Amino acid sequence: MKERNLTCIVCPRGCSLTAVLDGDKVVSVVGNACPRGKIYAEKECTHPERTVTSTVKTADGSVVPCKTRTPVPKEKVFDVMKEINEVTAGNVLRIGDTVIENAAGTGVDVVICANKG
Amino acid sequence: MEKMKKNLVIVGGGPAGMAAAVAAYDKGERDILILERDTALGGILRQCIHNGFGLHRFGEELTGPEYAYRYEAMVKERNIEFMTDTMVIGIDRERTVTAMNKEHGIFRIEAGAIVLAMGCRERPKGAFNFAGTATAGIYTAGTAQKFVNMMGMMPGKEVVILGSGDIGLIMARRMTLEGAKVKAVCELMPYSGGLARNIEQCLHDFDIPLLLSHTVVEIHGKDRLTAVTIAEVDGSRRPIPGTEQTIPCDTLLLSCGLIPENELTRGAGIEMDRVTNGAKVNADRETDVPGVFACGNVLHVHDLVDYVSEEAAIAGGAAVRFLRGETEANTLIELATDGKVRYTVPERITEIKETKVFFRVGDVFRDKKIVVRAGDEVLLSKKKQKFAPGEMETVTLPADALRKAEGKTLRFSIED
Ligand SMILES: Cc1cc2nc3c(=O)[nH]c(=O)nc-3n(C[C@H](O)[C@H](O)[C@H](O)COP(=O)(O)OP(=O)(O)OC[C@H]3O[C@@H](n4cnc5c(N)ncnc54)[C@H](O)[C@@H]3O)c2cc1C
Ligand code: SF4
Repeated sequence: MKERNLTCIVCPRGCSLTAVLDGDKVVSVVGNACPRGKIYAEKECTHPERTVTSTVKTADGSVVPCKTRTPVPKEKVFDVMKEINEVTAGNVLRIGDTVIENAAGTGVDVVICANKG
Repeated sequence: MEKMKKNLVIVGGGPAGMAAAVAAYDKGERDILILERDTALGGILRQCIHNGFGLHRFGEELTGPEYAYRYEAMVKERNIEFMTDTMVIGIDRERTVTAMNKEHGIFRIEAGAIVLAMGCRERPKGAFNFAGTATAGIYTAGTAQKFVNMMGMMPGKEVVILGSGDIGLIMARRMTLEGAKVKAVCELMPYSGGLARNIEQCLHDFDIPLLLSHTVVEIHGKDRLTAVTIAEVDGSRRPIPGTEQTIPCDTLLLSCGLIPENELTRGAGIEMDRVTNGAKVNADRETDVPGVFACGNVLHVHDLVDYVSEEAAIAGGAAVRFLRGETEANTLIELATDGKVRYTVPERITEIKETKVFFRVGDVFRDKKIVVRAGDEVLLSKKKQKFAPGEMETVTLPADALRKAEGKTLRFSIED
């Protein structure tokens, strides 16, 4: 059995978690003030994920904020960033509009986070 | 000069101002005007493109612009009047608001009640004194955030960050994602000023070193920054000779705290709290000038916009009660702190009813209790694993407890 110390990033409370691992399987989690912490610890030890937030260029030369609709595998973060920096969005945009489908093969779309035009 | 009359004037159209307006409207007030100096509503959230907002308020994780938009939509649905590109330049004790914009020039509004929601700004470069003259390449973290997120411009490629406040941590990740190399985050104190989750996801994720008890002692470069010299500091925060190291970089970001923007408040002679740098208020967030309320970051610096919205709703609702003559102004209970607890908001209580008190501590305390006393009597005692200066805490005092404290001072302390 191995122990791994983590900081839960799901909410601002930032609980200090200790996960007990049997190989790469999480057998128990302590320190979480709510159930989301346990789910986080299990994911973080097996396949960590992050939401990517950034901006995309628009046709008129400005930028608008965007994000991956759901978290993507952590090791794909820079690949997603690369695609975000390669696209140009239109000048009329609404929150939730998709700018990139299936970003970097993650199956997750990148969507717009502000209205424009 | 043009003159107007309004029941409720709200200064600032950030999350605090918008939430105050919505709460006032929902309590039945219709004659509301929000004044915002920027080109759009939304406040500082427009540049905070990362996620993590709204978990408390909306039960989902939103980015800053999405959170701001939720409130903007509520303002617009209710047809609440607002003026952008409009700067408030003065308020007085008679609740006259002086403002200016292109359309009206300088104009006056006689307000029945005022909610102050001007937010905060970052401590500027002038607040630091390092040796060296380079100026290009040194920005506050918030300015860099505006460059990158709103103008699409990167301030530099090799970055050192001084101060581990949340905006600095967020910018460490943001600049790394955009291809910059963040070489270190130096923090003068032996603990970070930012949230644990931001240290984890903004620094650890990218192996960015956090150097606690370190500061910048010298900046190099003639015009543009070329390097900084950092050093470890001792318990009195003085650099320890011999610990200096020079890090080549073209950008230094300063993330050393936020200061409430209270020029207007001071101008009106409103009583201030020397610790929060905001007005002293009662539980309604009313200042010592009747009918003038304050909420959000102009009152005390919040880490979470969710709490800003909550506080602003209190202030907006109370402003409506003031207009109807339903509020109490006489102080029944004063709140005091032991120094370990740095401050409380509110600072006084004028009505005996369940009251939520926000507070911050001045140092990291582990396995201690927050104790609230009236005279010798303990009204509340709550144990916590960890209290940290970077995180705002709350206690809720029931009406019964406050009844016992009437006429006395409530003392907040951290104890074993
Ligand atoms: C650079 C920066 C980054 C931040 N990042 C985060 C973050 O990542 N996460 C987080 O939870 N919190 C963050 N905060 C804290 C954040 O400010 C609050 O969460 C929240 O936005 C505060 O809302 P507010 O309405 O009190 O202030 P603000 O959002 O600052 O809004 C105040 C508004 O008042 C207007 N105003 C000021 N003076 C006048 C005047 N005289 N006349 C007219 N209008 C005026 C301003 O233009 C502004 O729109 C950040 C703060 C700063 C300064
Ligand atoms: S365990 Fe729950 S309360 Fe603790 S940080 Fe994670 S989500 Fe927040």
